[in-house]
Amino acid sequence: MAFIELNNVVKNYAKGSEVVHVLQDLNLSLEAGDFLALMGPSGSGKSTLLNLIGGIDQPTAGRVVVAGSELGSMSSSQLAKWRSESIGFVFQFYNLLPFLTAQRNVELPLLLTNLNGSQRKENAMTALRTVSLDDRAKHKPGELSGGQQQRVAIARAIVADPQILVCDEPTGDLDRQSAQEILALLEILNEQFKKTIIMVTHDPLAAEHAKNILHLDKGVLVESGQTEVAT
Amino acid sequence: MTGVGFVWKNLYRKKTRTFLTFFCLFIAFLLYVALGSIAVVFSLDTVSGELGANRLQTSAKYSMIDDIPKRYVDEISQLDGVELVTHMSWFGGYYQEPSNMLVTFPVDPSTFFRVYPEYEISDEHLTAFLETRRGMVAPIETVERYQWKVGDIIPIGSDIYAQKDGNYTWEFELVGYYTPSQEGMSAVLLQFDYFEEANAFGPGSVGWLAIQIADPELAPELAQKIDSMYINSSDPVRTATESESNRQFLAQYGNITLMMSGILLAVFFTILLVCANTMAQAFRERIAELGVLKTIGFNDFRLGFWMLSEAILLSVLPAIFGVVFGMGLLMAVGSSGAAAMFVPTPPMPVLLSTAASSLALAAGLGVLVGAIPALSTTRMTIVDAMHA
Repeated sequence: MAFIELNNVVKNYAKGSEVVHVLQDLNLSLEAGDFLALMGPSGSGKSTLLNLIGGIDQPTAGRVVVAGSELGSMSSSQLAKWRSESIGFVFQFYNLLPFLTAQRNVELPLLLTNLNGSQRKENAMTALRTVSLDDRAKHKPGELSGGQQQRVAIARAIVADPQILVCDEPTGDLDRQSAQEILALLEILNEQFKKTIIMVTHDPLAAEHAKNILHLDKGVLVESGQTEVAT
Repeated sequence: MTGVGFVWKNLYRKKTRTFLTFFCLFIAFLLYVALGSIAVVFSLDTVSGELGANRLQTSAKYSMIDDIPKRYVDEISQLDGVELVTHMSWFGGYYQEPSNMLVTFPVDPSTFFRVYPEYEISDEHLTAFLETRRGMVAPIETVERYQWKVGDIIPIGSDIYAQKDGNYTWEFELVGYYTPSQEGMSAVLLQFDYFEEANAFGPGSVGWLAIQIADPELAPELAQKIDSMYINSSDPVRTATESESNRQFLAQYGNITLMMSGILLAVFFTILLVCANTMAQAFRERIAELGVLKTIGFNDFRLGFWMLSEAILLSVLPAIFGVVFGMGLLMAVGSSGAAAMFVPTPPMPVLLSTAASSLALAAGLGVLVGAIPALSTTRMTIVDAMHA
C-alpha cells in the first residue's frame, strides 16, 4: 500500500438545501518522500483534498489512508492526536498567534508532547535554526516580514518532526523573492529531511519546485505529471 | 510555555479590555464583600456577642434620642432578677474638629465596668476614673491615635450638650484607658457626675439603661415588667435584650439587608453582562486561531477547557483583589472609631465567610460566562473555523 492512498473518495457539502459535490470518486496514491503540487482553479477541490489528507475533514464516501492510518475510522480526538504526531500544516496567511513570540509559536505543537519546558524550548530553537530564524526567536509575528512569518510557520510545522507537510498556498501571500526562499526551504525539507510534502498552489512557478504535479478540476483529477527541473 | 501560560497570555492579549473588565469586577467584588458583610451584620445578631445575652437595654419608648429619668436606675435595681443597672447618654462628641468624631458616653464608672466586663480596664485607671471629677477614659487605640497621655486635659466638643455657660467644648482629664476585648468597642467614657452637673439641660436624665440580669431566660419577663412599670408615666420605656436593641437601632437605617441585596443583585447582573460580552468578543476574535490550534492537534476538550479557564481567571483574579481590598476597607472603617458606630465592623468569621462566598461566586460567574464560548469551541469544526 502506498504511503498516502485515497480510494473512491467523495466529498459533498450541504449549502442550504443544495448539495455541492466537491470531490468525485477520486483515487490517489503517493509514496513517502514525494513532493506533490496540487493545482487547479478556485473551487476545484484542492483545499478539500488537502484537508482530507491532513485529517481535518472526513470524506462523504471512500477511504483515506495516510501513513498506515485509515482516517475515516478515527474519532475526533484520535484524529487530533494523529495530526499532532504525523502532519505539519503550513497556511497561506501563516496563522501564527500574534501575542506569542516566534519561539513560543513554534513551541505550541510541543505542548502536546511529554517534553519538559527546556526540551520544548531547545526543540523550538532547533526548528527556528533550520529555517534560519533563530535570531528572531523573541520577535512577535507583527515584527516580522511575511516571508519570515511563513518561515516561522514552517518551523512550527516541523518542530514535532511529522512525516508529512501539508501546505495550503504557502507562497500565495508573498513577493517573488520570499516565495522562492520558502519553496527552496520546502525542497530542503523534502530532500534532506525526507518529509513528504503536499502543496496546494495556483502558481505554476511554485509547482515546478515539486516532484509531481496534479491538476484538479471540478473535483476530478484531470492531469498528472512530473516536473522536469526543480529550481 | 505551559497550558497555564498560554491561557494567561491569551487573557492579556487585549490589555485595555482586560484591565477595564478587571476593574469592573474588582469594584463589584469590593462592594460585595463590604456590603455583603455589613448586610450579614444587620441581619444577624453579631453585634452584642455572648456577653450581651444577660443584659437588657431600656430606652425611651418612642425615640432613642429622648432621655429617661435617672431615677429609673434605682427603681429597676430593686426588681427581682436584676443584678445591676448602669446608664449611658449620647454625648455626640468630637476631638478638635467635627470630622474627628468620637463615640462618647457619660457613664457611671462605679457600675459601667461591672455591667460591661468586656471593657477591660486596670484597677489603677478605674480608681482614677472613679475619683476624678472631670475624668475620662478612652480605648487604647484612640489614645494612641491622638497621642494622648494620661493626665492630659482633652477638649471634647459636643453637638448636643452645652455647658451652663453656653460653651459646647468641654474639658476632661484623661485618667486612663481600657482595652476593648471585641471589635467595634470604641467609646470614650466620661464621668457622668461632672457631665450631669455642668450641662445646660440640668440634672436628672440619662440616655438609656443597661441592666445586668441573673438569668437570660428571665429576659422577656423582666423586659415586660419594666415596660409596664412606666407605661402610664410621662416617660414610658421600651426594654429589650441588648441584641434586639442593637438590631432595632441598626434597623433605623431601613431594611439594610434588602437594600444591599438589591444593590448587589443589580451590580452582579451588570457584571455578568460585562463579562459575558468580554468572553463572547474574545471567542469571536480567535475563531480562526482556535481552528489553527485544532489543526495542529489540540483536541476539542483541551481548547474548551482553556477557554473556560480563561473566563474563570478573568472573574476570580479581580475578585481576589476586590475581596482583599474590601476586607481591608471594613477593617479600616472598624478601627476608625466613630465610623464603626454607624458601619458595624463584621467579625472575622463573617468576613471570611463573605470572602469565601465571593470567590465561589466569582468562580461560578466565570463558569457561567465561559460555558458558551467553551462549548462553542468544542463543537466548532476546523473547516468552519478556518473559513471564519
